[in-house]
Amino acid sequence: MTSQKDSLDQVIEKGFSLMRVSAMVRRYVYLLQSGWVRIIELAYWPIMQMILWGFMTEFLLNSSSQVLRAGGVLIAAVLLWDVLFRSNIGVAVSFLEEIWSRNLAQLCASPLKSYEWGISLVLISLLRTLIGVVPAALLAVPLYHFSIFEMGLPLVAFFFNLMIFGAAVGLAVSSLVLRYGLGAESLAWVGIFLIAPISGIYYPISTLPDWLQTISYALPSSHVFEGMREVLGEQKFAIDRFLKGLGLNLFYLSAGMGIFLATFRIARRDGLLMQIGE
Amino acid sequence: MRPVAITVSRLTKKFGEVSVIKDVSFQVRTGSITALLGGNGAGKTSILSMLLGLLTPTRGSIELLGHEMPSDRHLILARMNFCSPYVDLPKRLTVRQNLDVFARLYGIRNPSYRIERLANELALEDFIDRPTGKLSSGQGTRVALAKALINQPDILLLDEPTASLDPDTADWIRGYLRNFQKETGGTILLASHNMGEVEQLCDEVILLKSGTVSDAGSPFSLLKKYGYQTLEEVFLDIARSKEVSLNQSPEPE
Repeated sequence: MTSQKDSLDQVIEKGFSLMRVSAMVRRYVYLLQSGWVRIIELAYWPIMQMILWGFMTEFLLNSSSQVLRAGGVLIAAVLLWDVLFRSNIGVAVSFLEEIWSRNLAQLCASPLKSYEWGISLVLISLLRTLIGVVPAALLAVPLYHFSIFEMGLPLVAFFFNLMIFGAAVGLAVSSLVLRYGLGAESLAWVGIFLIAPISGIYYPISTLPDWLQTISYALPSSHVFEGMREVLGEQKFAIDRFLKGLGLNLFYLSAGMGIFLATFRIARRDGLLMQIGE
Repeated sequence: MRPVAITVSRLTKKFGEVSVIKDVSFQVRTGSITALLGGNGAGKTSILSMLLGLLTPTRGSIELLGHEMPSDRHLILARMNFCSPYVDLPKRLTVRQNLDVFARLYGIRNPSYRIERLANELALEDFIDRPTGKLSSGQGTRVALAKALINQPDILLLDEPTASLDPDTADWIRGYLRNFQKETGGTILLASHNMGEVEQLCDEVILLKSGTVSDAGSPFSLLKKYGYQTLEEVFLDIARSKEVSLNQSPEPE
């Protein structure tokens, strides 16, 4: 339903509002614009990681491992891991910004809906991830003669799956912070590392014990990293892996958004929205 | 008789076994300035939070502008706004950026025009492009008020609107609120400790004590009823009274 207010040029939308989502995206873009340090910080770690693992790759190129000798596997792994890490942190830190600035109640007392906010967090996370990872990926070309962009369409598929999975974890982590306060803040940074050992970032999933492989394959990230090694090692893109990852992502994103919305209901019941802050 | 903008019926809020709001009922007439008056812990902020949909009542109902809160929350919130010392605007964003974001959240079609108008009315021009975190207390209050007026609300909720302001700025804010109410016909409900402010500004007063309504009426009628010269004396009388509140209903078992 849309109605007009006579005295003010205002549109009141009962359903989903793209205007409100874009307002929130705009809010986070303004924040990024507020200081060049924020932009540098986004790109700093991905570049450092890429340089570190780039040199490691050069060293390992002389080793005996067939997988590692497939040039660029480690660099690609580092860059794709950063997509997952950045998308997760992009959601969680943007959410934390509202708590740090004591703005949470203002947003929740506005017409903004919790799911519109969730969508805007995912969108700003996409932007933050691109700002963080693209410079590192570009730098790898002159430094190590490795271009992740040569993967072509599979790269888009990997990026998409990791982006969605990171955002889903970010929504769940944000919910924990809302529920348990700033004491849970560090989860925004370290939470995603819980899945790092079983995602097969730097080694094949077959390295893991059998029982852990079952858990590993329940994560979209494992299908991405296995798929990445196949593309780089065998020049083969396994569409079934992509589809499995996508299916799992639908589940994880729904779960992440569900937890996010449920936590807001709890926060309203327990009076957390006015209390939480520095 | 003017229509009613806010109807609160038998509102109760419990946190576990502790009741912070106990069976509170009141009405606020459209176009009035009404005060929620009470000491610390009386329940003023909890009531405002429930009116804003930030806190879910345990029992009771809230009707705002003919809509039920919280079921019609998103329709009502577009026509309401608030200002509170317990919240801030993002400090790193400039005043203009903050107002721009909230204008869009409230569905204002031409944010720039609305911001320019508010900047002019509330004298924000000199610092509108400055980061919000670098403003003085008085400037910050004017900016918070500008955010609260961005959608020209039909209901404006104010929690301690002049707390921590010097007398001159506080008086200016009161004058502005009075003019805003006259020009727009909006309804203002404010929570305050400042008795002088309430006497000057408000048509109606709702006195709260320990989460219940102790009494309600116009400042004049309350002074007459209690036989005092100032609302502060009325407030102290009620705050120190051990009597059961006038309209307190027993808690259901």
